[in-house]
Amino acid sequence: MIGFFRVAWQVMRKDMTIEIRSREVLLTTLLFAVSVVLIFAFALVREGRAPDDVAAGILWVAISFSGTLAMGRTFERERYNDTLRALMLAPADRPAIYMGKLLGLLLLLMLVEVIVVPLVALLFLAPIFTHPGMLLALLVAGTLGFTAVGTLFAAMLVRVRSRDTMLPILLYPITVPVMIGGVRGTAALFQATPDEPVARFWIGLLLAWDAVFVTLALWTFEPVMTE
Amino acid sequence: MRTLTTPFIALSAGMLFVAPWIINGAPYESTMGLVQKVFYFHFPSAILFLAAAIVCGINSARFLFWRNQRADGWAVAAAELGFLFGALTLVTGPLWARKAWGVWWVWDTRLTMSLVLFLIFAGYMMLRKYGGPGSDRLGAGMALFGMANVPFIYVSVNVWRTLHPMTSVVPTLPTDMGIPLWFCFAAFTMLFIALLNLRASLEHQRARVEALYLAEDQA
Repeated sequence: MIGFFRVAWQVMRKDMTIEIRSREVLLTTLLFAVSVVLIFAFALVREGRAPDDVAAGILWVAISFSGTLAMGRTFERERYNDTLRALMLAPADRPAIYMGKLLGLLLLLMLVEVIVVPLVALLFLAPIFTHPGMLLALLVAGTLGFTAVGTLFAAMLVRVRSRDTMLPILLYPITVPVMIGGVRGTAALFQATPDEPVARFWIGLLLAWDAVFVTLALWTFEPVMTE
Repeated sequence: MRTLTTPFIALSAGMLFVAPWIINGAPYESTMGLVQKVFYFHFPSAILFLAAAIVCGINSARFLFWRNQRADGWAVAAAELGFLFGALTLVTGPLWARKAWGVWWVWDTRLTMSLVLFLIFAGYMMLRKYGGPGSDRLGAGMALFGMANVPFIYVSVNVWRTLHPMTSVVPTLPTDMGIPLWFCFAAFTMLFIALLNLRASLEHQRARVEALYLAEDQA
């Protein structure tokens, strides 16, 4: 068990070291997420007023779109240098490698959210400071569920020719439950009178799904990545 | 199983040919009238749509975890049939809903779940078609994930109020509506089994030809 987490930690540290030196994935993903939010602002804001109750949806659309981009890029880098093969040849548990990749992507997306959430709050008048703890829980739980599936699929698709178009096609239908949970829960917090029980309910449900998704992905990663 | 294919196709063709007369003979539903008759095709397609998902998921697991090569053929066949029956369900459903609920589409549990499942099948088929080498394994992973996911989609949408009639409606139907329904259900099921057999054996033959080509190349 300790070995598992050590490998996961090493894989994540490797990804983060590359990221700190190049900042490629973080900056492109961040700019993409900001562009998505701005496009929504141009499309929806009329006479300086945003329509009510859209902030939660826009936030999660931006997270899922930019998340797909980050997942694709992280594995593209591995493919480009043919380092995924080296990673797979390493005498380590395959699920641990998956876990390391997942944690790296999760950290990256959380960094993107640090910028995107205040931006959405600013443009669409979302009250993010009324229940910061619950909002954070929703963001972490939702992003984890989305990234758990996305990391597995992006890894699977590395060897596939049309991977850039395939990833969203496969990923979005499967992450529907996470999207619903994230949007509903966040919308409950962004209401004029926040509805804490509803938000708490969705946090619980999201955590349950995270457990299922991560378990299922750990379980399928090994046979899927075997050549 | 193979020997059943021809009689099943013949029988289901005959039954689907006479089905319009039998459906015509069934009584009119008091509030929905003529449109309710689409139900006799909608219900069997929807059940077989779910059956295809289960067959596809189980066979993908057999292929992925137990390395059963033939299971892949069954999974492909089931996925294509799932797409077909899913399309039938999603076309006949709104026709009925327009009359019964006054709208073509609502984001109700079952409707949303069917739509998402249909998209998963579509994604699976695209992956198999455009994925290139190794896409069988990826497809199996995708299918397994997709099928395991369906209950969660169901629960997550179920929090909203649901419009779709419950499953308990079907056993309580009056006999003169029940007979045409089960008649159509039998016809559709036989068609499903026959097509599944045909498609899977085609896929098995294709895999065999591929293996022979590879053996020839290496010799």
